[in-house]
Amino acid sequence: MNSEAYESTFFLALRRLRAPLITLILIYAVSILGLTLIPGLDAAGNPSRMNFLHAFYFISYTATTIGFGEIPNAFSEPQRMWVIICIYLSVIGWAYSIGVLLALLQDQNFRNAVRLQRFGQAVRHLREPFYLVCGYGETGQLICRALDQLGLRAVVIEIDDSRVSQLDLHGHSVDIPALAANARQPEILKRAGLTHTHCQGVIALTNDDNANLAIAISARLLAPQLPALCRAETVEIAANMASFGTRHIINPFDKFGRYLALALHAPAAYHLLEWLTAVPGTMVEPHRDPPRGHWVLCGYGRFGKVLVSALEQESIPVTIIDHAPLAGEGHRRWVRGDGSSAPALLEAGVQDAVGIVASTNDDVNNLSIVVTARELNPQLFVVLRQNLQANQALFDAFESDFTVVPSQIIARECLAILTTPLVAPFLWQIKQRGESWASTLLDQLTDSFGWEAPMVWSMRIDAAAAPALITWLGSTPAGAPLGDLLRNPHNRAETLECRALYLVRDNENDEAIMLPHRHTPVRAGDQLLLVGRSTARNDLTLTLSNENTLAYVLQGREIPGGWVWQQAARLHTK
Amino acid sequence: MNLEKVIFGFFIVLAATLNFGFFIGDLDNPIHHDVYELFAAIVVNLIATVLKFGDRTHIGAIHLSTSLVADLQLIAAALVWSYGVHVTDVGMTPEITAKVVSLSGGALFANVVSVVILIAETIMQKR
Repeated sequence: MNSEAYESTFFLALRRLRAPLITLILIYAVSILGLTLIPGLDAAGNPSRMNFLHAFYFISYTATTIGFGEIPNAFSEPQRMWVIICIYLSVIGWAYSIGVLLALLQDQNFRNAVRLQRFGQAVRHLREPFYLVCGYGETGQLICRALDQLGLRAVVIEIDDSRVSQLDLHGHSVDIPALAANARQPEILKRAGLTHTHCQGVIALTNDDNANLAIAISARLLAPQLPALCRAETVEIAANMASFGTRHIINPFDKFGRYLALALHAPAAYHLLEWLTAVPGTMVEPHRDPPRGHWVLCGYGRFGKVLVSALEQESIPVTIIDHAPLAGEGHRRWVRGDGSSAPALLEAGVQDAVGIVASTNDDVNNLSIVVTARELNPQLFVVLRQNLQANQALFDAFESDFTVVPSQIIARECLAILTTPLVAPFLWQIKQRGESWASTLLDQLTDSFGWEAPMVWSMRIDAAAAPALITWLGSTPAGAPLGDLLRNPHNRAETLECRALYLVRDNENDEAIMLPHRHTPVRAGDQLLLVGRSTARNDLTLTLSNENTLAYVLQGREIPGGWVWQQAARLHTK
Repeated sequence: MNLEKVIFGFFIVLAATLNFGFFIGDLDNPIHHDVYELFAAIVVNLIATVLKFGDRTHIGAIHLSTSLVADLQLIAAALVWSYGVHVTDVGMTPEITAKVVSLSGGALFANVVSVVILIAETIMQKR
């Protein structure tokens, strides 16, 4: 249902209340009029009539069943007869009105209308940057959790009602407005803040490629300046998205194919990439490097195809086990059969192979394949595809070398694009520098920060993020030495637990600097990529925004905060 | 002929005529202003207001607002009347009567606007 329809339900609801309200007004009017016309007796026993005030008062407390009795004087017989009629009339009137009201509140259309209104209001009132996440499946949940940890807001659209109610149980630190609706509808996307001034990007993660395509085109037309991140698992849809300029198309299988090729080609660069793009708070485990030699692949689907081409690019021979070889793929080595049975594996030469890929779309099958294969050849390097997050426990129990979880790959990629845009050019530079360079850097970084996923963040030196430094640079345009900025604001003899990896100057003619030196000057408009502990990030933010702290860090002198403290400091030095 | 339109027009015009009937006469003479007529005007105005609920058009919105103004004025008149007669016990003195009648005069203006809108809407109707 679109929002036009929702709104008209609202007016329809109001129309439905017409009849009960008019009934109530009429019942009250007739009752009051009757009471003022029917003869009664006053306190002295003389004939008199009730006035409007008393009649309205009496009917009000009688109709609402409060019943104070006969006020102001005892009633005459005709009045009592009329009151009997009034009582039954008003009971019927109220029962009818309340019945209509309750039926209206129960009405599904009406409730949807109310829910949409509330959601729209919550989104409109957002006054800080947020991301629009379409699809709250496994990937959506990972991304929302990570955004929450990074202190960023999100708005969720999810088609499945039960997943939306799960959102409340996941305990995010800030409220995430969520709506159960179909994100294909542009009107719904608009309600969810696609055209909101604070919307930072759209992330389309539904498990339906066509829906992702619809979201991508809505984003392209309605909010062309926003980055759209779209999941696409088929090549056709990805090409379609690319045709109208979707900037970030994420195909988890393709991505992993590239990772594997990189891991085969340049293991240290791969480890560095993995360490830098890990979801914050997780542990990165250094695994052995994939060996070169004969590989076996079970299940030649979308994922299998990508991996075979990645392996063949590295000129590694692959034998494929699948039920039905595709036409036109005859040049490859094929074994017909089921990968989970020992004869097929033996026929594919698993005993002489160095690695195996279990890439079917069934988790149990994949596990069965690798368990059998490990029994036949314990030295095998195992790449295992995990389709459902729910099977995590099984995959944890089996120690594979690589576990491919599409939802995690997408989440990781999205976060890297959204929060640290400098990572991509930095990684490209790593590949250019070569393997030994990457290996040295990896050793240096993991020696100082360990294998736990580090905090990686980008920062622009501007008035919003670094007001104190911008003021300081106004008098010293040559720049502040990077090494001094990274001193600990609590004790400048120490340096912060972080390292600058990459520096991009505002001026496009200046070349970006890899691993800037401690004497490298930082100037206004620079963009920095840093890696380190989250405490270091907080300390650096303090240095850049507080003038007193900045002066201490750069020059080692302490400026007392106010007049009283300045006097106190003077006394102290005496 | 549309029954809904008949009822709608009936109540709007009746609200205005009752209001007028109460208003007409010397401003401060209680004999010219019957309390039952005020009661009827209030009831009919309330019904007219409810009939205007749920109309999404611009004209519907103006209709509703004029009716709400009339209700407000008439209920204020009824409150002044009951204050004079029952709370201070001075009865319908010329001052109280003048207050009640002038408040109902304001409501009459709102009702006239309502009727004018009704007529304009009817004239705009080509069918």
